[in-house]
Amino acid sequence: MARYLGVLVILCVGAVLVYGGFGLPAFGDANAPAATHVSDHYIEHGYHDTHTPNLVTVMIADYRSFDTLGETIVVFTAGLACFLLLRAERRRREDGSE
Amino acid sequence: MIHPKDSVIVEVVTRFMVPFIQIFAFYVIFHGHYSPGGGFQGGALLAGSVLLQRVVFGKEGSQSGFASRFGIPFGVTGILLYAGTGFLAQVGGGNFLQYDHLPFGLSPVYLRNVGILLVEIGVAFAVMGTLVSIYDDLVGLQTRGPDARMHSAGPVVGKAVHFSDPLSEVRSGAVRARRLAEEKEGRDAD
Repeated sequence: MARYLGVLVILCVGAVLVYGGFGLPAFGDANAPAATHVSDHYIEHGYHDTHTPNLVTVMIADYRSFDTLGETIVVFTAGLACFLLLRAERRRREDGSE
Repeated sequence: MIHPKDSVIVEVVTRFMVPFIQIFAFYVIFHGHYSPGGGFQGGALLAGSVLLQRVVFGKEGSQSGFASRFGIPFGVTGILLYAGTGFLAQVGGGNFLQYDHLPFGLSPVYLRNVGILLVEIGVAFAVMGTLVSIYDDLVGLQTRGPDARMHSAGPVVGKAVHFSDPLSEVRSGAVRARRLAEEKEGRDAD
């Protein structure tokens, strides 16, 4: 019973998402909201601001640097979680056996 | 029986490849201004070179390349380098991570160029340390104690670790001694 309920929820949410997807702008639409505000400024001034030809690098490391800092911390947090869960667990087991 | 640890070809090719992988990783990091690449990709390549050593030489045998205890410190160093660049910009009178206020005495345009590079290096450090640390934690071999291999958790992991630990035995001649003993056994059986 709970399984069919889950399938029903998935279908309903999926239908809503697909319906919402029809409202998105077309792929590569130059007049889409995302492409009309800051994108032009970045593309026009990116090289002039930083003398870095690779616009992707300029984007992730300069204009969106704070975001990249967060990403790096996320990666590091994953490693730290592994460290705390696996290594600490193993050490405790060893202490118990010895 | 052919043991994975007895393959000279794999060892030699690994020794040959690791420096090239690392050089290419640095190229990817430092050339990120001009071509696809940057801290994440370069850090992953650096971690790949270390993990190749881990797989081929075993965790103990590859400690001389990049010791396991450096994994998390490398990650912390990378994040501190990244955040430190941001705070340094604040010291220079700008906002957090506003590179053109870094107190290096260059023109603002080149300060932003240098700031991007510092940040990418920080990302590379963090990614490399984290990936190696995750691998070491999952393999789970203690690097201290009289016989570190015996301390790994579970029989399956212990067995896999045993296979991937060639160098110490090769160096001490244990492989050769075992082979000789096996041959002798075979002769005795005949």
